[in-house]
Amino acid sequence: MPTPTEQPSPTPAATAAAETPVIEFQDVEKRFGDNVVLKDLDFTVGRGERVTLIGPSGSGKTTILRLVMTLEELTDGYIFVDGEPLTHEERDGRRVPVSKKHQKNLRTRIGMVFQQFNLFPNMTVLENIIEAPIHVLGRSKEEAVAKAHDLLEQVGLSDKADAHPTSLSGGQQQRVAIARALAMDPEILLLDEVTSALDPEVVGEVLNILRRVAETTDVTMLIVTHEMSFARDVSHKVMMFDGGHVVESGPPEKIFSEPDHDRTKAFLGAVLRDT
Amino acid sequence: MDWLDEQRANFEALGNFSDRILDGLITTVQLTVISGLLGFVIAVVLGLMAGSRSLWLRGPARVLIEFFRGISLLVLLFWLLYVLPLFWIKYDITLPAPQDNTFATATIALAINYGAYGAEAVRSALTSVPRGQWEATTALSMSWPHKMRRIIFPQAWALMIPSLTNLWVHLLKGSAIVSIVPEVNEFTFELDNLRRPTDIWFSHAFIGLATYFVLALILTLGMQALEARAKHKLGRGPSLWEILSPDPRPTPPDAASAAPPRTKAATTRPRAGKETE
Repeated sequence: MPTPTEQPSPTPAATAAAETPVIEFQDVEKRFGDNVVLKDLDFTVGRGERVTLIGPSGSGKTTILRLVMTLEELTDGYIFVDGEPLTHEERDGRRVPVSKKHQKNLRTRIGMVFQQFNLFPNMTVLENIIEAPIHVLGRSKEEAVAKAHDLLEQVGLSDKADAHPTSLSGGQQQRVAIARALAMDPEILLLDEVTSALDPEVVGEVLNILRRVAETTDVTMLIVTHEMSFARDVSHKVMMFDGGHVVESGPPEKIFSEPDHDRTKAFLGAVLRDT
Repeated sequence: MDWLDEQRANFEALGNFSDRILDGLITTVQLTVISGLLGFVIAVVLGLMAGSRSLWLRGPARVLIEFFRGISLLVLLFWLLYVLPLFWIKYDITLPAPQDNTFATATIALAINYGAYGAEAVRSALTSVPRGQWEATTALSMSWPHKMRRIIFPQAWALMIPSLTNLWVHLLKGSAIVSIVPEVNEFTFELDNLRRPTDIWFSHAFIGLATYFVLALILTLGMQALEARAKHKLGRGPSLWEILSPDPRPTPPDAASAAPPRTKAATTRPRAGKETE
């Protein structure tokens, strides 16, 4: 299981295609009532690949992350994690839900960092980080605490282990949330607009931590962000979404410098002018 | 003056029966505490079921909540004590009969009646825990019992205490209705028993008024302490110790009381001066 303390590994994007994809979307459709958010969505993410989803708000980017985290149920199609069905599978030509146990087993390989941090206010910073490793993964307390202190050091909050989340600033809370997600040793890390709720002056420090995680681990990342320079730095692939469809996708140098589609040009023009 | 003297005599006469009043008081406290705790258990179980996404849990919970919320406590007691025993007679049921232990029957009646109200408080507190908290527990793959016990319920607890306090005070006062139950000689029953032969109203009614008020006050203060503690654990508000200690800061009281006016004067004076210039 990769941890940020391991040695840097070479970019895996090139080799990823040959193996089983870590995430695979097959004809995924998501509707909220009559509102179709995603339609006929097919894409794969290779092991260790870092993919950034960009596009205007309401284009379904966040929904994709929430589908992978099983926070939303997809209305049609299939999602595979490590080649195994996450929510539904096809059996005798019919689409049937997978067992809860199977889903839970797959879900422990996925971690998520939220826009609003969502730290548990009834626990200290350290307790937030060790809770799931101890009670979900069955680690010993000593092991979990040692790992938590390691992670806190990496996010620059060694002195805050016994603090309450409510006493921390937004940027500090988000760094704890990153440590909490990494404490589970996820294969897949979902980052859902992790800097959107932060004050501009602390955005940089949070992004730098994530850059370092990207450099020092081979955890697969699916990222939704409005920070285009961050997307350019860390991703192997950028996917441009609009209206529930992939408009175009490719390496960041290509998408940011010479996009094929007018829609992408217009979006990037508007976003980059703001920053 | 005559009236006042008379009242003093009445209170003294009532004082002669203080042991009976005390017995009644103890029974009332027992009723309130036991059915309060039992009602809380019922409220949590029904509240968790009613807040569940599964129809198999939510459906029965809703039926039970609506049913026991909707029926009068008096009618419920009447049913338990006079209608249900008919089944015992007819079918020769081996379980203990409700009329044989009237205290237990009265306790259960209070518990299910107020437990049904409490279930709504529990359910709404659970739904008031921010969605992000639920989602974070899913993202960390926590099981349902685990997330409830460690994350969701501790946060809902702080939210449900005020409603539960209300209901508990209600239950305390509502327990007076149990005076109609044979052999449960609670406070109102004893007081009424002492009043009836003498037909003296003021002293008896006054004792009744004051006692229920003081009991309710104790209950409320205790629950407020619990609420402060629960909120402090969520990082909101001072700890109970900080609330109860007069002034935990090292500043001597003299300096503390003298300092604020001085700084106030220092800041307001120049401003006032500017305005007049």
